[in-house]
Amino acid sequence: MPIRPEHIHDGPNSDPRRPPRRGTDDEPAPGGGDVIDPALASRLQFALTTIVHIIFPVMSMGLAPFLVYFTWKEVRTGEALYVRLRRFWTKIFAISFAVGTVTGLVLEFEFGTNFAAFSETVGALMGGPLAVEGMMAFMLEATFLGVFVFGRERVSDRFYFVSSVFVGLGTWLSAVWILIANSWMQTPRGFEMVTENGHPVVALTDPIAAYANPRFPWMFVHMQNAAVLSVALFMAGVAAYHIYRRRHLGVVDSGNYDAEFWRATLKVALVVLIVTAPFQVIHGDAYGRHVAETQPQKFAAMEAVWETDSYVPEYLIAFPTSVEDLTDPRAKELFGIGIPGGASWLASGGDASAEITGLNEFEESPPVAVVFWSFRAMVALGFWFVVLAFWSAYRWYSGELYDDRLLHKALMVSALAGVFTVELGWIVTEVGRQPWVIQGVMKTTAGVSPGLTGTDAALTLGGFAAVYLGLLTVYTYVIARIVRRGPKPPESDAESGRETSTIDPAPEVTDD
Amino acid sequence: MIELPIALADLWFGIVLAFLAAFLFLDGFDFGVGAIFALRTDATEREQLLAAIGPFWDGNEVWLVVFGGGLFAAFPPVYAGLFSRHYLLLFGVLGALILRGLAPEFYEQREDERWHRWWGRAFVAGSVGAPFLLGVFTANWVLGVSGIAPASVVVGLAVVALTVVSGAAFLGVKTRGSFREETTAYGPRAAVAYLALVVVALALAAPRLAFGPTTLFLVALSVALAGGYVLALRRGRYHLALATAGGLTAGLVALVGAWLYPLADPATGLTVADAAVGSPSIELLTGASVLLLPLVATYFVMLYSVFRGPIEPGETY
Repeated sequence: MPIRPEHIHDGPNSDPRRPPRRGTDDEPAPGGGDVIDPALASRLQFALTTIVHIIFPVMSMGLAPFLVYFTWKEVRTGEALYVRLRRFWTKIFAISFAVGTVTGLVLEFEFGTNFAAFSETVGALMGGPLAVEGMMAFMLEATFLGVFVFGRERVSDRFYFVSSVFVGLGTWLSAVWILIANSWMQTPRGFEMVTENGHPVVALTDPIAAYANPRFPWMFVHMQNAAVLSVALFMAGVAAYHIYRRRHLGVVDSGNYDAEFWRATLKVALVVLIVTAPFQVIHGDAYGRHVAETQPQKFAAMEAVWETDSYVPEYLIAFPTSVEDLTDPRAKELFGIGIPGGASWLASGGDASAEITGLNEFEESPPVAVVFWSFRAMVALGFWFVVLAFWSAYRWYSGELYDDRLLHKALMVSALAGVFTVELGWIVTEVGRQPWVIQGVMKTTAGVSPGLTGTDAALTLGGFAAVYLGLLTVYTYVIARIVRRGPKPPESDAESGRETSTIDPAPEVTDD
Repeated sequence: MIELPIALADLWFGIVLAFLAAFLFLDGFDFGVGAIFALRTDATEREQLLAAIGPFWDGNEVWLVVFGGGLFAAFPPVYAGLFSRHYLLLFGVLGALILRGLAPEFYEQREDERWHRWWGRAFVAGSVGAPFLLGVFTANWVLGVSGIAPASVVVGLAVVALTVVSGAAFLGVKTRGSFREETTAYGPRAAVAYLALVVVALALAAPRLAFGPTTLFLVALSVALAGGYVLALRRGRYHLALATAGGLTAGLVALVGAWLYPLADPATGLTVADAAVGSPSIELLTGASVLLLPLVATYFVMLYSVFRGPIEPGETY
């Protein structure tokens, strides 16, 4: 059996022919009495906390442009419909923002608590963007959010509209600084390694090279478009749910069904979907080429190419025919439908005969199965969103937007698919860079806090698993409840809204 | 190698501590309102307490974010060492802040009593737990110890008392009538408790601390400010009371700075000058802050003037 690079764990001086074993060579073995290797626990914990956290920025960054639009229309036209739209979606925004604040603070602390060695090494370069994010973006967002959520009666229309813009700007500026930091970890430059206080430390030599990183614009555009696309899918799904229940199931129980509101929501969401879904696919294609150029190892993992080859096909659909295919995919051995030369074409920007560097050329590989399948699923979902966009556009054009049962069902099941796809994309980005935390500069295992014990790490990992499970449950419950009840009816007081909810027999959540 | 700009290192030591003070004061009165929430059982009163902090807490909490970010950016080895040594303590802080942040948001989503009771408890636990654990963390930092030292626990309790001091003054501004009388009455008691706890903490920590003119002056100043606070509250000068509470908080953090300096982390013996990032990182950071901090100040002035005065009828969280 040929030696596969992913079996090598321990850096440059390990012999590739030696049978794989964990905790040998330069990597310190987990302490004898430790419940878990602190490095592993820290990585799992960071993975868990980022995977949960990203849901909320996606919701707030994606909702921001919609809220600016609703507020603009409200201020300009004074129509009650836009007041309802703005109010309803602001409620979801505010809750998502609060959860995003507290889960984001966790990440900022975790750099220090779990990855102290990494923090010490990169502080001079990455600390700045994080501090500036706080001062420039977070402050703007959090203070104007106070006005936006609580201050409608206290400020003028104009000021109120400006607040909505600043809140949105804040959420997007946050992404700028976080992605400046993250893109540097993908394609680091503008620095040199020095020794300070006895530790290897990154010294900033060229701030412009480091911060105006080639990867940044790719990430930013892809991420922001993904956030807006995800929220458009969410809004369309929610609107489809209400319209479907009313029109096709004939449910009339919820006395405050607001046809005008849900139709407007659906249309606004679909316009955005029709723009963002195709754009994401086109942009993603070009982004893939950039990854192939700058992180060939990651690209090889995305395509599961082991031997350097030309005319590499792109498998649009890949079927695992055995468990081995699933856990250890190799593009060449998979049963799939591929475009001959497609991956080469992708990587080179139009040359089907281009050579793709295989994973065998690298000393270590990321967990290929995770990257390969996440990438496939992300791309498949991306195309599905395009199908949904064209399908909806066609039905809208033919005047059957409110009649197509199947479309409504498709939109409903896709309501959360956008957020899920963002998760997949980040898994490709972050897992695909392993074993490096900073590509080619520092390994993830080298970044872990030296003094961290397995017991402490296991304790917090378990704590987060429990707390975040609870948090997600409550968040989902609260959002589902808001969505199910819909907006406050145009001409009725809070009393009637409450009444209807208690007789609302929607199956998935029960009130007690 | 790189010549370290000493003056900038000292400046950033001050800035980072100022961020901490801003957080302890601004989010401090939110925490204090949370502690007072525990002492009030009436549903309408509780609703008013949540409404009082509603527009502010999120912005106030960002000061902790910039404290963490500033420490990371200006003193990476201090950030890394301090945060990894106080591993469980900081996750305790995070847990408390999660509870405090989410509880009011979720509290409002349903009307039934059980739901309110549980989210109310979560809100109180978070509002009291966060300043307590942050107090323990800060005391450990100054004393160069880890784990739970008796002096640190007393400092933790003192910080909780200090948040009640600020919270009572804040409610003096935000509420009216008999509710104001009753909530502000917690203030003087909390101020006395704060001073007593500080004295106990100093006695416990005395072997590890050196007292000089600066520290003695700051302690005396705190006593004077606490007296001023009580007088201001008695005379109904609530804004002044809030300002003296801010002075008390600044005094406490100034004590932290006076005892630390010239060290940045007594546990490792790293000095401020050695721990600071080199050039050009620190210049860039300074430049960015010079541009941004005045803007940040403007946002807060804007926020607090939009929501100045008492909570209006009908305003809820």
